[in-house]
Amino acid sequence: MAITDPRTSVDVDLTAELVPAAKAPRNASRARLIWLRLKGTPRFWLGATVVAAMILWAVFGLLITRWSPTDQDLINSSTGPTGLHWFGTDEIGQDIYAETVSGLRRSLVIGLIAGPAGTLIAAFVGAFAGYIGGKADAVISWMINLLLVLPAFFILVLLSPIFKSLSFLVLTAFIALFSWMIMAQVIRAQTKSLRDREFVKAARFMGVGTGKIIRRHILPNVASLLIIDATLGVVAAIDSETALSYFGFGVQRPQVSLGVLLADGTPSATTRPWMFLFPALVLVVLLFAVSLVGDALRDAVDPTSGNTND
Amino acid sequence: MILYAVRRFVNYLILTVIATVVGYVLASLVLNPAARFYGRNPRPSNAAIEASLQRLGVDPHRPVLARTWDWMSGIFAHGTFGLENNLDSVGHDMLVRSGVSLQLLLIGSLLGALLGVTFGVWGAVRQYQLSDQVVTYVSYLLLATPVFVLGVLLMILATNFNDSMGKQVIQFTGQYTPGLNGTWNIVLDRFSHLVLPTIALTSLGAASYSRYQRNAMLDVLSADYIRTARSKGRTRSSAMIRHGVRVALIPMSTYFAYSFGTLIAGSTFLELIFSWHGMGELALTSITQNDVNATAGSVFYLSILVLISSTLAEVLYAALDPRVRI
Repeated sequence: MAITDPRTSVDVDLTAELVPAAKAPRNASRARLIWLRLKGTPRFWLGATVVAAMILWAVFGLLITRWSPTDQDLINSSTGPTGLHWFGTDEIGQDIYAETVSGLRRSLVIGLIAGPAGTLIAAFVGAFAGYIGGKADAVISWMINLLLVLPAFFILVLLSPIFKSLSFLVLTAFIALFSWMIMAQVIRAQTKSLRDREFVKAARFMGVGTGKIIRRHILPNVASLLIIDATLGVVAAIDSETALSYFGFGVQRPQVSLGVLLADGTPSATTRPWMFLFPALVLVVLLFAVSLVGDALRDAVDPTSGNTND
Repeated sequence: MILYAVRRFVNYLILTVIATVVGYVLASLVLNPAARFYGRNPRPSNAAIEASLQRLGVDPHRPVLARTWDWMSGIFAHGTFGLENNLDSVGHDMLVRSGVSLQLLLIGSLLGALLGVTFGVWGAVRQYQLSDQVVTYVSYLLLATPVFVLGVLLMILATNFNDSMGKQVIQFTGQYTPGLNGTWNIVLDRFSHLVLPTIALTSLGAASYSRYQRNAMLDVLSADYIRTARSKGRTRSSAMIRHGVRVALIPMSTYFAYSFGTLIAGSTFLELIFSWHGMGELALTSITQNDVNATAGSVFYLSILVLISSTLAEVLYAALDPRVRI
């Protein structure tokens, strides 16, 4: 249905949305505001630089060493850090540096997929429950409560016989499947208040479908929350992965992750500490850096959260 | 107030029962109790395997829901949780083990909450000062350290400490040294075993609580009623404690309940690392050994813990915030 505006004689299509909601000016300026605040936060730069460096290291770290994770240098087994083996070797002569890089790689992949995937589930489930309301909402929030009764770690351990023999990507999917509950509750509460705002009502009365309203109007308005959750979700996912692998329920040899390496290093942690300390250091630095970024984001999005201390 | 607490309790009770049922069904579907016979040499006859499975009540020929019903009615009628693979009573084992676990969990979570609240309030009052910055970064660092890594790091430190002292001052395997005499020796021995896991669990709790408490306290500090309290002549510290901390604790009570799951998982890791024979060990080993009854029993134990902590949090919330009591 196109009518012609007499003053400008430009075809105006009334059925088209004026500006895609996700790119609306208000939103853009808000994103700019957040970015401006973020730019002035030393914590953000520290965290972001370290995370970027670790990703680069995970990708290229194996190129600068002559050892591969599966090599066995039997002459130099159980040695501490030397010029030949930077992080030392284990009792069968495997190079800890090469194993750490390859473990970091797998842990990063799992974290970077499972964290945002969990957020995605939380966004859709929470927004759907909050927007629809009524029975569907009651059922969903009741199920969330049920899932929260048991620590996710135990549910994952209980289900581990299913995914243990499969690819680590299945493990990644399972971690994502049990990490969305709390965020979904937050999104649900936010959606409930958004549902009664004028712009959502307007869209509803114009006959825009539920799915479209959720995608165009609800989710962009909670986007900042989702970005924070996705960032901190990476930390939580890597945490789950290392814990599961550490106790033998996650990634299985010959594949390695940081959790597997920590498990291997633990029995000799007091006699050959390098086997434990290097993977532990890498893990802690990674998680620390990602949570710094997440926390700086949180402050930038909500300066009233009272957490700005730079 | 009482009605409110009772209502919340009943709500969580229903959730607990359902979680236990789901736990049993999941365990029956995922675990294969016959698997432990396959590796034996000579392999037992099929009849012997089936007889053994029937004795445990995990006969795969009976429908899962019927088995679940048997197991649940055992709990309600006799208070029994079935038999473990080695024919010990799950209920008895759980009783002994939960004593071990609760010792660590209670001390750790209480100390963690106390320290976390203290550091959080302290950090908020001294916002931006050096002490606040140090507390903030230390808590970030602790939060970034998985609790089992922290446990092993503490073990390495304790080994160095013991070496420098020339004797085993800090113990880190098991819960006590068997065969000691004298009350004083036993108490001292228990204490030296308890130190490391308690430090690890406490710092896990304190680190996360202090972050939230600091934020909650900062929100309160700028409130008008604090200024009112000061202007009517209260001292700064009295206004902070009577009007500030009390209000800032309200959102924390909900957070305590949420974070309790993390603490339970954390104490499980610590039990395994420090070789304590607690519920965490039972929960994980029962799964690796395909022990359906013990797994479902562990699920029951965990959901009871969450039930208690959630109800406590609700009661605390109602006690702190008069608006909830209506």
